[in-house]
Amino acid sequence: MSLWTYIIRRLLYVIPVVLGVCLVVFVLFNVVLGDPTQILLGKHATAAQMAEMRAELGLDQSWFIQYIDVVKSAFTFDFGRSWSTKQEIISMIKEGAIPSLTLSLPAFFIATVFSIVISLFVSFYRGGLLDKTIVLVCVGLMSVSSLVYILYGQWFFAYKLGLFEISGYEEGFPYFIPYVALPVIIWVIISLGPDVRFYRTVMLDEIYMDYVRTARAKGLSEKVILFKHVLKNAMIPIITYVIIQLPFLILGALLFESFFSIPGLGGMTLTAINSLDFPVIRAMTVLSAIAYIVFSVITDVLYTVVDPRVRLS
Amino acid sequence: MGSSNQKTKSKSLWIHAFDQIKRDKLAITALAIVCLYFLIAFLSWAGIIAADWNKEIGPSYAEPFGDYLLGLDLFGRSVFIKMIKGTEVAMSVGLLTGLISMVIGVTLGGIAGYFGGKVDEVIVWFYTVFSSIPNIMLLMAIAFVLGKGLMSVYLALGLTGWVGLCRLIRGEVIRHKDREYVQAASAIGGGDFRKLFKHILPNVLHLVIINFSLQFQSAIKSEVILSYLGLGVQGTPSWGTMIDDAKLELARGVWWQLAAATFAMFFVVLAFNILGDALRDALDPKLKGK
Repeated sequence: MSLWTYIIRRLLYVIPVVLGVCLVVFVLFNVVLGDPTQILLGKHATAAQMAEMRAELGLDQSWFIQYIDVVKSAFTFDFGRSWSTKQEIISMIKEGAIPSLTLSLPAFFIATVFSIVISLFVSFYRGGLLDKTIVLVCVGLMSVSSLVYILYGQWFFAYKLGLFEISGYEEGFPYFIPYVALPVIIWVIISLGPDVRFYRTVMLDEIYMDYVRTARAKGLSEKVILFKHVLKNAMIPIITYVIIQLPFLILGALLFESFFSIPGLGGMTLTAINSLDFPVIRAMTVLSAIAYIVFSVITDVLYTVVDPRVRLS
Repeated sequence: MGSSNQKTKSKSLWIHAFDQIKRDKLAITALAIVCLYFLIAFLSWAGIIAADWNKEIGPSYAEPFGDYLLGLDLFGRSVFIKMIKGTEVAMSVGLLTGLISMVIGVTLGGIAGYFGGKVDEVIVWFYTVFSSIPNIMLLMAIAFVLGKGLMSVYLALGLTGWVGLCRLIRGEVIRHKDREYVQAASAIGGGDFRKLFKHILPNVLHLVIINFSLQFQSAIKSEVILSYLGLGVQGTPSWGTMIDDAKLELARGVWWQLAAATFAMFFVVLAFNILGDALRDALDPKLKGK
């Protein structure tokens, strides 16, 4: 298969997947959830009021038309208006994206660099006491709920010691830093466990390959082997792991944003859940799925360009 | 012939694995902890212990290590008994979620891998769609749509957890389906489903078990998040609701409810993680000799 046929086929496969995502969202929100007018208007709503509301929300249409509406919104990003704030959802999303990214991008970057460095270090001393201890510490770190890190960190470092702002947010470059510093630190600590474990496995998978044996046989030092050969070959799984996490950064960090009152997309989604704002929840589900699909296509295409072996399979 | 051959082969893998785990003190400790948690959960479920968790036994927010072992909560209820009751919820969430995603994952993965063709394409499409929606969104959407309560926690976590296993089983079944023992089974007249479930599946069972133990602990952790989001367990104490309560308590210096739930969760999740790793090392032939 030539490179271009593969890429085009991969791009075309996006269509059924997007249609499928819309189907899941449609089944969940429009079919299973049923008629939300009762919840929205309260117990004492008259039948006429409910009918009027249904017409306003487009719920009196046939299921097919409602499904087409969901699909349309996935391509036009026109998600309608929020039920509680009456704002256009897409403009709410545009507003929320920046605070979310000021938190999630630095956190993700620092966590990734840290984890890769630690995992290289650990693979250098593989099998030894240090390796075993660090792996155990990672598993230990993973065994505490992320909610506990946030709760305790906020209480201890911001409230008790007063080192950071407890909550809130200010826009603009240097001003947001005091507000996102603590969430970023907590984020890095939470990510270290799973990330170091993942990157360590990736490195160890490479270390037992034949080319490493060859490199050793010709007398290269363990450091050169690790940094020059192993790291280079481990780049493919590392890049995949990184790119595939990127779309989740747009969603921000639900828990962080709600605890630290950062006005981002995650916080917005939580508010929507608490106020039964279906269009916003639906929009966030569709949008994050689309982001994921786009990024996984990018990864796959990059793969084939970088590593010709992938195309064969 | 083929079937008896395969039996001795798979038996030796399990015995070998059991021997390896028996020698690993850490793994045995982890197994003991898991068994202990199951025992507590079972006794609590049967109503033998912690049945009176809702009883007021002292003043609001009494401190721990005095008259009351782990202190009392806002309503003067014992945090220790709530922790025990929470164990029941956590273990049931882990068990049922693991089972739901195991049944869906193994069935779909097995069918897709074995039959291939159009069936495979549909199932691959189906799990690609599911994995495209970020887990937390899907989880929230399902829990939200199903309404609050334990049942929707089971279903939401079960319905989001099967994709990884399905993908894994599909790949393994594809590798196994043309092997000689499967050909032998069809030579003696075994039907498709017999070959798939009776012959191929036992050979990929180790992946199911490893996945189950990891699924179990991740479900326990997700329950906490769902409880915080207000989509979790209602009416009975769970570690999630206890941690959620703590967000108002910490500022008043009440730390014992958070500590109790965190430690209860820490040991069982740690044990499952260690057990999962030990099982993988023991059962995955690809790792042998490393």
